[in-house]
Amino acid sequence: MTQSPRSLFDKVWDAHLVATRPDGQALLAIDRHFLHEGSFHAFGMIDHAKRAVRRPELTFAVADHYVPSHSRAKPIADPEIANMVTMLEANAGRHGLRHFGLHDPAQGIVHVLAPEQGLTLPGLTIVCGDSHTSTHGAFGALAFGIGATEVSHVLATQTLWQRRPRTMRVTVDGELGAHVTAKDLILAVIGFIGADGAAGHVIEYAGSAIRALSMEGRLTVCNMSIEAGARAGMIAPDDTTFSWIEGRVYAPKGELFDRAVAHWRTLPSDPDAAFDREVSLDAAAIAPSVTWGTSPETAVPVTGAVPDPRAESDPVRAGQMRKMLDYMGLTPGTRLEEVSIDRVFIGSCTNARLEDLRAAAAVLRGRRAVVPGLVVPGSVPVRRQAEAEGLDRVFTDAGLEWGEPGCSMCVGINGDLVPAGERCASTTNRNFPGRQGPNARTHLMSSAMAAAAAVTGKLSDVRTLDVRKLGAS
Amino acid sequence: MDPFVTLTAPAVPLDIANIDTDQLLPARFLKKPRSAGYGNFLLHDERKPGFPLDDPAYAGARVLVTDRNFGCGSSREGAVYALVDGGFRCVVAPSFGDIFAANAAKNGLLTITLPEETVAELRRQLQETPGAAVTVDLPAQTLTGPDGRPLPFAIDPFKKECLIEGLDDVALTLRHQDAIAAFDRRDAEARPWLVPET
Repeated sequence: MTQSPRSLFDKVWDAHLVATRPDGQALLAIDRHFLHEGSFHAFGMIDHAKRAVRRPELTFAVADHYVPSHSRAKPIADPEIANMVTMLEANAGRHGLRHFGLHDPAQGIVHVLAPEQGLTLPGLTIVCGDSHTSTHGAFGALAFGIGATEVSHVLATQTLWQRRPRTMRVTVDGELGAHVTAKDLILAVIGFIGADGAAGHVIEYAGSAIRALSMEGRLTVCNMSIEAGARAGMIAPDDTTFSWIEGRVYAPKGELFDRAVAHWRTLPSDPDAAFDREVSLDAAAIAPSVTWGTSPETAVPVTGAVPDPRAESDPVRAGQMRKMLDYMGLTPGTRLEEVSIDRVFIGSCTNARLEDLRAAAAVLRGRRAVVPGLVVPGSVPVRRQAEAEGLDRVFTDAGLEWGEPGCSMCVGINGDLVPAGERCASTTNRNFPGRQGPNARTHLMSSAMAAAAAVTGKLSDVRTLDVRKLGAS
Repeated sequence: MDPFVTLTAPAVPLDIANIDTDQLLPARFLKKPRSAGYGNFLLHDERKPGFPLDDPAYAGARVLVTDRNFGCGSSREGAVYALVDGGFRCVVAPSFGDIFAANAAKNGLLTITLPEETVAELRRQLQETPGAAVTVDLPAQTLTGPDGRPLPFAIDPFKKECLIEGLDDVALTLRHQDAIAAFDRRDAEARPWLVPET
């Protein structure tokens, strides 16, 4: 009997079906559940209902959203912020969960930590009360963000009710140009399909440009799937994936690893697998990109200009463009490379891995930043390795601050904020109004581009700077 | 949660696309307990003079009619708490962030997706007759705007059932306990590497 061709998504979905209702709702088994400080609502719900955590051995708590970026020698000064960090520890302790706390040698942003520790594996279903859970799809896992009520449901049952999403394949063939990174690739995808272009879909990224990416680059791409509205993003596991996993702390070892790899090799989409939608991009046509507005879909090549709402025929859309330009303090027609910035932030679950820091350091080595900036590594292991390579000195010699791992200025809830009215060149994932602080203006870009902006004080095309070593996500 | 069956209430139009959950509930309020009154945090940093939610003409609005990609971004369920605690029971838009829409259903907030032109026309009517009421009939799956024309909408049958009955889905899932246990046994054989060992 031959089975109809299936996609990577189909295989992972089908393997996790516990029950299906006549109306099509599926009860899906969950393999990994990650929690951060924001989980307090969900713990409150299960505690209120007197429910236990069903699979504590598959549940991991990570302090990342509220942890300080500056010295951790002293207690956190703000009592409300300190309470968020201690509440996670207390909830994890009470339910017997592995907790990666503030002083853990593996601590980091959950979406950096879990792959690094070997918790993220191909073929798994992974959820977390965080929209950037899509990151883990880089390993060929089905990973997506959920809200507090769903978190409480997974805690209590290790399952989740879901309707089978539609599928979209985004194929990027060809070679990325010099200094063009995974970040530019995903910004180009979002600019092309729109911030809701993949709503209701799981994206599979395919094509030679995706295959050529490192794991770090793939994590960057999948991370921003949610910014295109996708439920999740996935990349078929291959030798790049397997060699990255082998030897990691929580990864399977020895004979078990070999068995796992044999299984993982069956996961990539069958040659004739069908997708509900297909989109193709030419990698060679992608330029270093920045956003001009308050949605990631406003990504454009840095060589361009601020668009003019008068060219938009739909009056509602033109009005929305004007509102974005007003918030961003930009005048239509201005060349993007003429736009001055006030600070840079290099970090976040999108771009705080070693490769990102190396690329930023390659631009900054021997140079001075003309604006203040903060560099926050994604995890303690990233921080340690960066320091072993002297990257921290490159950043501090350039005049930037070198921080402790966490979400920091991407979401600004640990106190790291962009002051009102300031313009920030940021390697993060969201340029929403107020995201980095009330009235903060965010331009999204790669870590090399943020470093270039730090050096010139303007949005800049990193290709115009003499950079010795590159290769970033 | 409170069941949702029918609702007749004033609706407020918001001509803004991509209203994300950071705008709906600014991040600095995320550490607040629900008892702090999330309604006061709703769209907190957008509340400037002239903002429709503060316009007395739309006082008592329980339905929000807005533009595409409403609730995109962060998975924070607090964005839904802010709307619900702010008095809203229904949001109408051409598209929604998936996570937001799931969170809304778990909290008795109905999300109605209608074509872009239909929603734009609805917003125009509400701007022309501020304070006009709309009627939502969930069992019949219709939304009737100020012009009296019932607009049919689609909804996932499971979501509809949970909203109408105010169901707690953990209780529903626990009816499948045997299937979950059987899955776990099969899976432990098929994927012995699932549970990490250190």
